[in-house]
Amino acid sequence: MNEMSVNGEWRSSKVSTGTTIIAVRYDGGVVIGSDSRASMGEEYVSSRVINKVIQIHDKIFCCMAGSLADAQAVTNAVIHQLSFHSMQMDEPPLVQSAAAIMRSFCYTHRDELSAGFIVAGWDRKRGPQVFQVSLGGMIVEQEFTIGGSGSTYIYGYADAKFKPGMTREECLTFTTNALSLAMDRDNVSGGVVHLVIVTEKGAERQLIPGNKLPVLQRLA
Amino acid sequence: MQGSNCDYGGSKGLKMGTTIIAIEFDGGVVLGSDSRVSAGETVVNRVMNKLSPLHDKIYCALSGSAADAQTIAEIVNYQLDVHSIEVDEEPLVCSAATLVKNISYKYKEELSAHLIVGGWDKKDGGQVFATLNGLITRQPFAVGGSGSFYIYGFVDAEYRPRMTRQESQEFVINSLSLAMSRDGSSGGVAYLVTIDSEGVEEKCVLGNQLPRFYDPDIMEPSKAAKV
Repeated sequence: MNEMSVNGEWRSSKVSTGTTIIAVRYDGGVVIGSDSRASMGEEYVSSRVINKVIQIHDKIFCCMAGSLADAQAVTNAVIHQLSFHSMQMDEPPLVQSAAAIMRSFCYTHRDELSAGFIVAGWDRKRGPQVFQVSLGGMIVEQEFTIGGSGSTYIYGYADAKFKPGMTREECLTFTTNALSLAMDRDNVSGGVVHLVIVTEKGAERQLIPGNKLPVLQRLA
Repeated sequence: MQGSNCDYGGSKGLKMGTTIIAIEFDGGVVLGSDSRVSAGETVVNRVMNKLSPLHDKIYCALSGSAADAQTIAEIVNYQLDVHSIEVDEEPLVCSAATLVKNISYKYKEELSAHLIVGGWDKKDGGQVFATLNGLITRQPFAVGGSGSFYIYGFVDAEYRPRMTRQESQEFVINSLSLAMSRDGSSGGVAYLVTIDSEGVEEKCVLGNQLPRFYDPDIMEPSKAAKV
């Protein structure tokens, strides 16, 4: 306990999603996962059950990381713009369109915003896709991607354990294990695991409570 | 070690942004490190061996400020020599770790180095001690340095108690390889030291012989979306 935590420095901190987010692409769809903790400063958990995986269209989801206010503002703007775009084109939007709209917001307001995203989903043209839209507005498509403060701790695990061509079950295990490890080490990630699986048929949500998470440590 | 006309890393000097790891197995310990020493953005030594002997069967892994870490190791090497002559037998690993801890704690405001101590002695076999910031704790394995953050998840998932000597060496090489590919301040070659009752085995794994893992950032250009 240091002086700052005793004096309640958290009271003047903004809410941030110290977070761990992950999205993995497999042959038939994408698996998207996140933890559920929102923190203020390093010491106070302002919410232990927020959902950081937001639906921005029927089969497109995004995960938030960074400042919660900025992330929510950008997400709401993207939902609005994407639905308008979809009406204009008279067909479901492409995942890359969603990611491009997200990126254009992040880039245009890069000096004011402090939020990063993962955009993932399924569309008819290119199937399942995962995009990372990072802080300053860079966009990159990947087979899988991790983000948020907790992701630092699982870079090694993800690099070692990911193989291309995994099945849906293997992706779910990979995602849950990775989130569980990050939540164990990062003090601003925690709570429950929110999972979303998006395929051609639609989106399915799952929730894994904290006490049902895989325990991977075998120190004894 | 700093050039006189250039300002490499400011007044802070050389930093060993690094990855170090040590693990006990049944009968000994394996210590591993990368080999990069950076000053700001320059790599000033790409083949530095950060595993330093404190005694015949006790080694330490250096991280943090290069000067501080090397000096602590030298001083403890001397103190252990004296101690071992006084008690007329091989020193214990926990004695070596305690000497490191004493210096780290007494000068914690001035020093900026983290040493992991590992070795073998007759009394308790293979032991690994972490001495971060002046604490001392015995652990089945320990990781340290800037690169260690990236492999916490990996070592948590992969560690199993009572691994063999071969498995422990593979564990160390895999962990170092993963950390070196993600941490800008770690890289070069991997140095390994295996200590058991028979003696000490030193090994160097070159950069191109390190295990390679799937890289999600490499995607066929034709498949990538054009945004």
